[in-house]
Amino acid sequence: MGGGALALLENRWVRLGAWLVAALLIAVIPQSFEDPDLQIFNYALASAVAAIGLNLLTGFNGQISVGHGAFFGIGAYTTGILVADHGWPHLATFVPAALLCFVIGMAVGLPALRIHGAYLALVTLAMATVFPQLILRYESVTGGGSGLAVPKWNPPDSVDLSREQFHFYLFALVTVAAYLLVRNLIHSRMGRAIIAVRDDETAATVLGIDAAKVKVMTFGLSAALAGIGGCLFAVAFRSLSPTLFGILLSIELLVAVVVGGSATLAGPIIGALFLEWSPEVIDAGDGQVSQILFGVLLIALMRVAPGGLLGGAKRLLVRAMPPPALEPPDDDEPAASAAPPPDTVEGP
Amino acid sequence: MDELLQQLVNGFSNGAVYASLALSLVLVYRASGLLNFAQGEMAMVATYGAWELTERDIPVAVAIAIAMAGSFVFGALIERLLIRPVGDAETHALPLTIVTIGGFITLNAFAQWRWGTAVRSFPPLFGNGKITVAGAIITHQVIGTVASLLVVVGLLFLLFQKTKLGLAIRSVSSNVESSRLVGVPVGVVLMVSWGIAAAIGALAGGLVAGNQDLSPFMMQFILVSVFASATLGGFDSPLGAVVGGLLVGVFEVLIGRYVGIVGTDLALGATFVLILGVLVVRPQGLFGTAKVRRV
Repeated sequence: MGGGALALLENRWVRLGAWLVAALLIAVIPQSFEDPDLQIFNYALASAVAAIGLNLLTGFNGQISVGHGAFFGIGAYTTGILVADHGWPHLATFVPAALLCFVIGMAVGLPALRIHGAYLALVTLAMATVFPQLILRYESVTGGGSGLAVPKWNPPDSVDLSREQFHFYLFALVTVAAYLLVRNLIHSRMGRAIIAVRDDETAATVLGIDAAKVKVMTFGLSAALAGIGGCLFAVAFRSLSPTLFGILLSIELLVAVVVGGSATLAGPIIGALFLEWSPEVIDAGDGQVSQILFGVLLIALMRVAPGGLLGGAKRLLVRAMPPPALEPPDDDEPAASAAPPPDTVEGP
Repeated sequence: MDELLQQLVNGFSNGAVYASLALSLVLVYRASGLLNFAQGEMAMVATYGAWELTERDIPVAVAIAIAMAGSFVFGALIERLLIRPVGDAETHALPLTIVTIGGFITLNAFAQWRWGTAVRSFPPLFGNGKITVAGAIITHQVIGTVASLLVVVGLLFLLFQKTKLGLAIRSVSSNVESSRLVGVPVGVVLMVSWGIAAAIGALAGGLVAGNQDLSPFMMQFILVSVFASATLGGFDSPLGAVVGGLLVGVFEVLIGRYVGIVGTDLALGATFVLILGVLVVRPQGLFGTAKVRRV
């Protein structure tokens, strides 16, 4: 059969294998790491869900947002306030958090119909700037600068797990759900519309796609996922304060998406893990030197793999296993070219 | 009345600084089509360089001039070594953005590591004198800041309109392919644009540090306002950057002072609402040119 690396990635057995590896990792990690390290995984999974949402908007729909930290914060505070002040069970708060972010996301998406590119980046940056100020301003509800303590979510008595282990399994479940949601969406009619609008809005409109509807819906859905990531963060971190949800967070989410591989399905998860683990791995003994190394690493990574870690890995694989030459034509012309350059391919 | 005048002076003073840095952003955007998140940090590091020189008893004006020259080279090298190899902004917008974010992180951490996080005092370029006009106190530093901005704008105008290099810069920002075909050295133009942007940034840094203090975080406080200024004016318009900067500076101060429900903490937010209103009507900003696409 042949078909090179890309066909290999499409192969159902290979895909099944990848799922098995992922399942194995999810099963093994909580048993192999102590609670403090497990907590880093939990933060990473919370960011991963938000990054999956941001990737839907920025990677697949081509709308850059430097403000998803605000949706993350809205999700986190919704969970925090409902659990701490109104006694809701943690899981139940995810629904209003997602709905709230969906509505606000659509509202932010409306000006995006007219505003593009760098101008849109600023509108979203504005959101990231204003959100912490609003938390400070409405102190009576949010706890303001002194913070908001989120009650613990302990595992049910019937389950023999530590709290961190319980959170990890739960978060992994949510991450897989978010992954499947985006995967199925992208492979649906709506998903093809989302990508078509990114590639050429005019052409998409000519094809009968309601570009405005697609963009606003994508914004809302993307925001809702970011909000659910925030809910997870509230559960894991348990102490919310406005400084956590500033511009830096929004930038970090964008870094996670691009470093993992924008417009790939698993990229944001890889990017989020990279982002949360790199401060642990890059430890030069001096915080500032480590930061310098991290910045240099980002620059170098974009130089060698502009498509992110997943995009770069895929390119290496394609180079190692080039697709077979096209069938030579019937006449005596020599087969001119062997397949298109692999760089342009955007796979799953 | 006196107070209003004083607030206006303060607004103009902030606005002139926003405008200079917004000019840097605009020059880079016109050349490479990307938002340089590291622009403020490049200016901050240059200002520390100038500070090192003043500590060695070099006059502050000379120190800032040397920092500007150094920044010109540094900016040009960044374009050549870090930006251009990644790809062009049409196809590589996201990786390029991450490169500038990486630059932001690196430069900021470097400044903290090399010079510490404590604030230092930086000698004001235009001295400590002040004059009083109709009850409002105007420091020489404020007058100097606004005057420097005007000089920079004047020089840029001459460069763009009266020199061959300026013509080449305008041609590249309008169409890279056609410029290359008529023999414009596009690479040199890009490096020069980044160099000029970095040099203007270094001047802005020296002025900010002279008005307030020198710290690794001094540019982060104003970066969002600078982005707002460039957006309001239009990312491809130097004139827009100047007008946008002054408008944002004045609006922030006035709304923070006189609209009670907004207050200083949400002044920036209110400014954003204003900008959003402008963008909905004119998506390309006040002075920007709308992109016309051939289908």
